[in-house]
Amino acid sequence: MASKTVRTLTRRTFSYIFLAVTAVLCLYPALWVLMSSVRPGDTLFSESLLPSQFTLAHYRDLFTKYPFMQWYANTLKISVISTISGSVLVLMTAYVFSMFRFAGRQNLMSMLLVLGLFPGFMSMIAIYILLNQMNLLNTHLAVIIVSAAGAPLFFLFSKSYFDTIPRSLVEAARIDGAGHLGTFARIVMPLSKPLLVFVILMNFTGPFTDFIFAKLVLRTPEKKTLAVGLYDMATDTTKLQFTVFAAGCVLVAVPITLLFLMLQRYLIGGLTSGADKG
Amino acid sequence: MRHVSAAEHASPRLRQYRKTSAVLSVLIMGLGQLYNRQYGKAICLLLLYAAGVYLAVAKLPHAIWALVTLGETKTHLEKVGKIYRQINGDHSIYLMVEGLIYVLLAAVVASIYVLNVKDAYRCGKRREEGGKLHTFKQTLQYAADYRFPQLAVSIPMIGVLFFTVMPILFMILLAFTNFTRSNMPPANLIDWHGFETFRNIFKLRIWSHTFYGVTLWTFMWAFFATLTCFFGGFAVALVVQQHDIRFKKFWRTVFILPYAIPMFISTLILRNVFNGQFGPVNQYLSLMGISKIPWLSDPLWAKFTLILVNFLLGFPVMMLMIIGILSTVPRDMYEAADIDGAGAFQKLRSITFPVVMYSMAPLLVMQFVGNMNNFNVIYLLTGGNPVNGDYQFAGHTDILITWLYKLSMDQGQYNFASVIGIFIFVILAAFAIWNVRRTKAFKEEGTF
Repeated sequence: MASKTVRTLTRRTFSYIFLAVTAVLCLYPALWVLMSSVRPGDTLFSESLLPSQFTLAHYRDLFTKYPFMQWYANTLKISVISTISGSVLVLMTAYVFSMFRFAGRQNLMSMLLVLGLFPGFMSMIAIYILLNQMNLLNTHLAVIIVSAAGAPLFFLFSKSYFDTIPRSLVEAARIDGAGHLGTFARIVMPLSKPLLVFVILMNFTGPFTDFIFAKLVLRTPEKKTLAVGLYDMATDTTKLQFTVFAAGCVLVAVPITLLFLMLQRYLIGGLTSGADKG
Repeated sequence: MRHVSAAEHASPRLRQYRKTSAVLSVLIMGLGQLYNRQYGKAICLLLLYAAGVYLAVAKLPHAIWALVTLGETKTHLEKVGKIYRQINGDHSIYLMVEGLIYVLLAAVVASIYVLNVKDAYRCGKRREEGGKLHTFKQTLQYAADYRFPQLAVSIPMIGVLFFTVMPILFMILLAFTNFTRSNMPPANLIDWHGFETFRNIFKLRIWSHTFYGVTLWTFMWAFFATLTCFFGGFAVALVVQQHDIRFKKFWRTVFILPYAIPMFISTLILRNVFNGQFGPVNQYLSLMGISKIPWLSDPLWAKFTLILVNFLLGFPVMMLMIIGILSTVPRDMYEAADIDGAGAFQKLRSITFPVVMYSMAPLLVMQFVGNMNNFNVIYLLTGGNPVNGDYQFAGHTDILITWLYKLSMDQGQYNFASVIGIFIFVILAAFAIWNVRRTKAFKEEGTF
C-alpha cells in the first residue's frame, strides 16, 4: 500500500511539473504580445519581458487612428454568418457520408478528401475572376460564400465522429416516424455537442483569422476585417508600430479565447455511452 | 385504384407512354413530365431548360472559343482619326477562367438533363404498367425520404465544383501555357505550350536538382511535424485527463491559448523569440554560459526550429481532439481492466491507444498531407531561408508549396509554379485515396 502511495505521488508530481513547463512554453508568446501592447514606444524589441512602464495608449490609438471598431464589426458579421453556413454544410455532408450508403459515395468522399488538400493560393486567381463575374468583389458576401463553400471539404473529422454514434439509435428514430432532418437535428446533434463545438470553433477561427484571401477580396479600408487590417499594419514598413499591432492582436485573441472558455464544458464528459435506445 | 389501372392496361395505345415521354424530354427538358401530367415538376424543369438554352446559345460557344484559342486580339494601338488609341485585346487569363465557368455550368445542366430523361422514361413506364404517378407533393416527399443523401450533398457539391474544382482545373491548364511574368496579359496573349514546362523541370539540371532537394525536405518536414504534434498532444491529453489531476479546465485553457492567437501573429512573435541576435532564447542561453545558437540562420538549426515552432502551435489542437476521443471511451472498459488487474501502461496500450488510433489514424495521414502543404509556418517563420545557392529560387527550408509561392508571386514563373502545383496535387491525391481505401478496410474489420 505504501509503495502505491509513493508511486501515485511521484506520478502526480511529475504530471504537474510537466503541465507547468508546457504551460510556460505555451504562454510565453501570448505574454510577449500582451506585454508589448502595454509598453511605451513602438519597437519590437525590449530589454525584459515585463515593461518598466505601463500604458494603454496603443489601445486608444487603435480606435482613434484606425477604423478598428468597423473592422471588428465586419469580422464578427463575416465570421458568424460563415460559421453558421459552413458548419451546417460540413455537418450535413459528414452525416450523409456516415449514415447513408448510396451510389458514388466512396468516390465522392475520396474526391472531397483530395480536393481539401489542394494548395489554396493557386486557386485564388481563379476564384477572384469568378467573384468578379458574380459582381461580388469587395463585398463581405464573397468572403462568406468562399469560406462556406470550402467547409464541406473538411468533413472527415465529423464523419469519424458520427461513425461512433450507434446506428440503432438513428434507425429507431426513423421507425418512430422522424424525418431525416428531424433525426439529424433532434437525435444526432444533441449527442454530438463536443463535435458541434469543435466544428463551430474551427469554422469561426478560419474566417476570423484569414488574411490571405480576405486581403485579396476586400479592398477598401471600411470593408477590411481584423486580420487584414492587422496584417497590413504589421507589414506596413513605412510606419511599423509593433506595439499598436500587439494591442490589436490582444483584442483579436480575446473573443476567440472567451468563445473557447464558454464552449469548453461541452467538450468534456461521456457522450454516446448509455444513450443507446432500448 | 386497381380497377382504373386494369382498364388503362387493356388499351394498347397507352403502351407508348414510356417512349413518348422520354422522347419529349429529350427534345425539351420538362416536356415529358408535362405529358405525364406532373405539372409542378414540369414547371421547374422548363424554367431550368430556359436557363440552359440561354447558357448554351449565349455563353457556351464563346467559352469554348476562349478555351481553345485563349484570345486572338492583342492589345494594340489603332489610329482613330488623327490620334492613336489603345485598343484592349483579349485577356487570356480571364477568358480561360470564364470559359471554365461556363463549361462547368453547362455540365451541371447537362447532368440534370440526363436525369430528366431518365425520370420521364421511368414515369412513362409506370403509367404503362398502370401505376399511379406521384403528385408534386408526393414527389417532394419521396425525395425527402429516399433521395435524402443525394439532396443533402448536392448543395455543398455545387459549391465545391465552382470554388474548388474550377480553380484546380484552371491551375492544371496553366501548366500547359507559356504564362510567365515576361508574357503577361493584357499586354500579351498566352498560348498553349504543351508539355514543355514539364520537360524543363525534369531535364534541366538546375531545376531538377532544386526539385528533388525540396521534395525530400517536404517529406521529412511533414513526417516530423505530424509525429511531434501527435505524440505531444497525446501525452498532454493523457496527463491532463488523469482522474486525480486538478484544475483540468485551467490546464486545457492554458494550452489552447496559442491556438486562440491567430497563427500569423504567433509565428511572427516566435520568429522574434528565436532571433539569433536579440531573441530572448539566446539571451537566456548566454546567461547560462551557452553560446548563441543560430536558430534561423543555419540550415540544420532552421529546420529544427521550424519543427519545434510547429509543435508549439500544433499540439493543442491534437490535444483537444484526443481529449474529445478520450471522453467517448466507456468508463466500464477501464473498470473491467482494473478488475482484471491491468496496470496503467497496459490500459494505455490495450484500451486508450487503440481507441484513439481508431479515430485518429485517418486524420493523422491527413495531417501529414496537410503538413506537406503547411505554408504559413514556413513562410512566416523562415520564409524558406537560409538561402541556398544551388537552388533555383528556393532556400534551404522551402517546401514545395512555399517554392511554388515564390515561383508564382515573386518570380512570376506561373507555368513552372503550376507544374509544381500539379506534382503536389498528385502526391496528396495518392496519399488521400490510399488513406480512404485503407480506412474503409479498417472499419469493416474493426471491432470497435
